[in-house]
Amino acid sequence: MIANILRRPVLVTGLVVTLALVAIALLSLVWTPAQPSKMQILLKLKPPLAAGLLGTDHFGRDLTSMLMVGAWNSLSTALVAVAIGASIGTAVGVFVAAQRGWAEVIVMRICDIIFALPPILSAMMLGAFLGAGRFTAILAIATFMVPVFARLTFGAALQIWTRDYVMAAIGMGRSGMAITFTHVLPNISNQIIVQVTIQLGLAILTEAGLSFLGLGMPPPAPTWGRMLADAQTYLGQAPWLALLPGLAIALAVLGFNMLGDGLRDLLDPRDRN
Amino acid sequence: MITILTRRILSLIITLLAVSLLVFSVMNLLPGDPASIMLGTSASPDTLAALQKQMGLDQPLPLRYLAWLSDVLQGDLGNSYTYSVPVAGLIVERLAVTLPLALMAVVLSVAIAVPLGVTAARYRNGPVDFLIGLFSYAGIAMPGFWVGLLLILLFSSHLGWMPAGGFPGWDAGIGAGLKALLLPAVSLALAQAGVLTRVARTSVIEVMGEDFVRTARAKGLGEGAALWRHAVPNALIPVVTMLGLQFTFLVAGAVLVENVFNLPGLGRLAYQALSQRDIIVMQNVVLFFAGLVIIMNFLVDLAYLVIDPRLRAKAQ
Repeated sequence: MIANILRRPVLVTGLVVTLALVAIALLSLVWTPAQPSKMQILLKLKPPLAAGLLGTDHFGRDLTSMLMVGAWNSLSTALVAVAIGASIGTAVGVFVAAQRGWAEVIVMRICDIIFALPPILSAMMLGAFLGAGRFTAILAIATFMVPVFARLTFGAALQIWTRDYVMAAIGMGRSGMAITFTHVLPNISNQIIVQVTIQLGLAILTEAGLSFLGLGMPPPAPTWGRMLADAQTYLGQAPWLALLPGLAIALAVLGFNMLGDGLRDLLDPRDRN
Repeated sequence: MITILTRRILSLIITLLAVSLLVFSVMNLLPGDPASIMLGTSASPDTLAALQKQMGLDQPLPLRYLAWLSDVLQGDLGNSYTYSVPVAGLIVERLAVTLPLALMAVVLSVAIAVPLGVTAARYRNGPVDFLIGLFSYAGIAMPGFWVGLLLILLFSSHLGWMPAGGFPGWDAGIGAGLKALLLPAVSLALAQAGVLTRVARTSVIEVMGEDFVRTARAKGLGEGAALWRHAVPNALIPVVTMLGLQFTFLVAGAVLVENVFNLPGLGRLAYQALSQRDIIVMQNVVLFFAGLVIIMNFLVDLAYLVIDPRLRAKAQ
């Protein structure tokens, strides 16, 4: 198994980048080089290595520490949103595949409708009433993920329902629920895992966009998106403020995308191209 | 074909109605009354009551939905609370920026993705394929608004070749307008191009293995001619489909990129409406965007049926 993994450069790169991100995010919970919200106006806008490893922002806050805590804020929001979206979406998808008929028509139409509302727009609508914050961001991202997973699991489950062993189970009088749990879910779990990984990347990207617009976690909690929004004012003066958080977002998304592709290659050789 | 078309149009209408119901529900059922949100906490009870009456908030919910829907269908989207002008006019005015921006982004992304995807497929598993693969990974991973900031940093701050943002208006000339939209369009296009390159590559590889391409080769056609004349036209169908599916992300990207470049488009209008708590504008802009996404998907679906006779047979 390990040799099989090591032979795949995409998977290994994705794994390394993702693990590094998770490690940094977890480390930020117990240690950061400085207090991320501590302002030191005398040290403001210092370039990397002039003050701290990666420099300071317009309030003299340590950029390394802010990026580290930002990793946790971004990753945890994305994880919770995808977990909610994937659970509900999968439950709906396999239920509809077992039921078919009107349930299929209605659910798939609802999926189309939700899919027409990009999370940025639904977060704006929700934000107007519920206020900006992590809850709004999670709700908007999770809502968008539900149809993604419902469609994926529905399609995958339908294929399983046509297999001989499922026919045999139906013939033996097993219920739709029992077949879903013993045959359908175990057989589509690989596809779900791959999709979760890829959607985590998308969720990080969306969370960054929401924070950029001020719809993410409120200050002083550092988020990559808001760091970029703040950097706009000092673009000519302190370009590293715009470069570093963007690089962090891109690396995180790249890591999850490569991990997802690598896992797909490893777990489902039929999809390989 | 007419039966399929009627069925699709009916389904389109139902979806659009459902979206309008969803947007209306979110705006009206969430805690907080739209009038008090728009006026803030300092408004007097009289002002609040007047606005509630003006917005029809004293009516029962189903009646309000029907009234709103009938107004929308007649093109009356109400008046913006902040700008005191009809929302429909505002949307049309802002569309003059967002539409060309989206079109430029689509054209750019296809112009980048198709040649790259085809090249990667032709030299698959070689170093060129690897480099193109890296490009598409990077395109997908880099947030459009960050690419926008980087482009401003390079082309405006350092080189001084392009404006850092803002829009001179189409009155200033098509050249000036397009110039102002170029960097934002590139920021939007890169992510799309990343996705499309992968789709084009996979699709070309698949088509190259089909019998008709093999026959063309057997008849003595060179690799390049077989590729461009037979494989590429057939491989473009999934690219078009993906373009339609990606439209949601293009809309989301436009909201962000317009804010980076300070462009007076629909995305910026939605953002401003949010910060000014202009619920009427927001409700209509969101509905407009959602409707656009649905109609776009419908058109792609339709195009698919027109292009591919196999699907037409299946749908019947």
